[in-house]
Amino acid sequence: MSFRAPSLAQALLVVALVVALTLPLFASVYYLQFASKVLITGVLAMGLNLAVGQGGMVSLCHGAFFGVAGYILALASPGYDAAPLLTTLPLAVIGSAALAFLIGCFALRTRGVYFIMVTLAFGEMLFYLFHDSGIAGGSDGAFINARPEILIAGRQWFSLDKPLAFYFVMLALTVVVAGLLTMLARSPFGHALAAVRDNERRARSLGFPIFRIRLSAFVISGALAGLAGYFAAAQFGFVAPQMLSWHVSAAALVMVLIGGLRSVTGPLIGALVLTGLEEVLKAEFENWKLIEGLIVILLVIVLAGGLRQLGFLTTSAQREEVAPASGAGHA
Amino acid sequence: MPLRASGLHKRFGGVTAVADVSLDVRMGEIHAVIGPNGAGKSTLINLLAGELFTTSGSIRLDDREVTSWPPDRRARAGLGRAYQKTTLFPDFTVLENVRLAAQASGSSPLRMFGSARADAALLGRARAAITRAGLAEREAAMARALSHGEQRQLEIAMVLATEPRVVLLDEPLAGMGLSEAREIIALIASLKADRAILLVEHDMDAVFELADRLTVMQDGRVIASGLPEEVRHQPAVRTAYLGNPEAFE
Repeated sequence: MSFRAPSLAQALLVVALVVALTLPLFASVYYLQFASKVLITGVLAMGLNLAVGQGGMVSLCHGAFFGVAGYILALASPGYDAAPLLTTLPLAVIGSAALAFLIGCFALRTRGVYFIMVTLAFGEMLFYLFHDSGIAGGSDGAFINARPEILIAGRQWFSLDKPLAFYFVMLALTVVVAGLLTMLARSPFGHALAAVRDNERRARSLGFPIFRIRLSAFVISGALAGLAGYFAAAQFGFVAPQMLSWHVSAAALVMVLIGGLRSVTGPLIGALVLTGLEEVLKAEFENWKLIEGLIVILLVIVLAGGLRQLGFLTTSAQREEVAPASGAGHA
Repeated sequence: MPLRASGLHKRFGGVTAVADVSLDVRMGEIHAVIGPNGAGKSTLINLLAGELFTTSGSIRLDDREVTSWPPDRRARAGLGRAYQKTTLFPDFTVLENVRLAAQASGSSPLRMFGSARADAALLGRARAAITRAGLAEREAAMARALSHGEQRQLEIAMVLATEPRVVLLDEPLAGMGLSEAREIIALIASLKADRAILLVEHDMDAVFELADRLTVMQDGRVIASGLPEEVRHQPAVRTAYLGNPEAFE
């Protein structure tokens, strides 16, 4: 758990930022939108990693937090007009956080594999709620006809409608979220969370209120998933129950695994790899999901730590060496 | 009274592990609890620490009723506990293990901003506890890399860093070499000045060297309690230790 980033990782981070900032100069609108999508899923994956990597809570209901925020935007959007960004965004994030609080209160009474199962069950419940109840179009989903805007005194000050503006907002959001998560990891709270993950009994006997610590992390993590979901819905202009399904949670989990559990920004790399992989395969092959699956399996096995990273979380027993201290680098 | 247990019962299904146990742990005293294997000593410690809840009876910490409190709340109220089987944070350094312990009882243990490692007051408390437990040279070592004896020292350093008023020590000498044990015995003796200590230990020499008060348990019950010199001559105690009578000679 070395938080002092090695200089190589720092240099890479600077290069990545420069590329991201200058991207609009050489990329077409299509790729700008693709980059925005990567950043959105990156925020989802970074948020999930607070629960999974830092907190040892392997959640399969982050898709639900992601999707519910999208639905809140869809439901709050007035017909063919744009929704007000400054009120709907907090509403969506608070909605996801509240949902995470509720689910967390129940699910966090379980551990390991049972926690995965309980979160899966809650996620699927929400999926079917939106799928079968007819809320916002039921299984057909609902359109968001205009992207959110900031309207003051009848004048439009800002709109997410332009791909360039949307991209820079996503970039700023990603940087802020990465910064917040880094701060959290280094804070006393972050250390306490890691202690609870590694040895719950001992952490409790030292005086750490373990339930409150895990619940706080789970709620923050769910709120970040909601943040990503809001912008995903805004970008697609469409929400459907599939947005809440466990597939979304699983994809985010794979991004976390590719990027590394012990790193704040690692899941961003996972998001780029997985989203990029889909993009390439979709264009080339008809059975692209099959090929994607095989590649992901290979990646997760081959990469340092790989699936063992998940293994230690589900068997709360003595864990093995997961990542060398320097591997926690790009935080 | 720093720690008072009255009429503690603990049943697991049909098995009574602890039956009607009452004891006081006074400030500045080491109260040792001994007894043959299966006497209920570990269950008693778990009841006092809050890891197990009592079937009936009451536990008071500094004259506050804590019987229904979870372990973390008791810890924040000044109860420190060292485990029989070493349970540390194996992938953290010695300093981080102890720093976490200090953080847990500090003023803002769950602050979400500012670097945890930059808190000079906590680091100072952690380093003082490490030095006191005799681990100053191993500060940067990973907990998993420590020897068995060093891990026990780390256990004690972690308890010290929470600055408890009441300390529960569950067989702190188990599996230790002679010279290591001497150091720990001296350390435990030095702790009692401003603390109340409950000590469960198998090593009779250590017990009679350290204990100010002695309680003997058998089959979940207290069969004798009082000053060590009085207790060791009671017939019931001798009978309980028949398999090991020389322990009392």
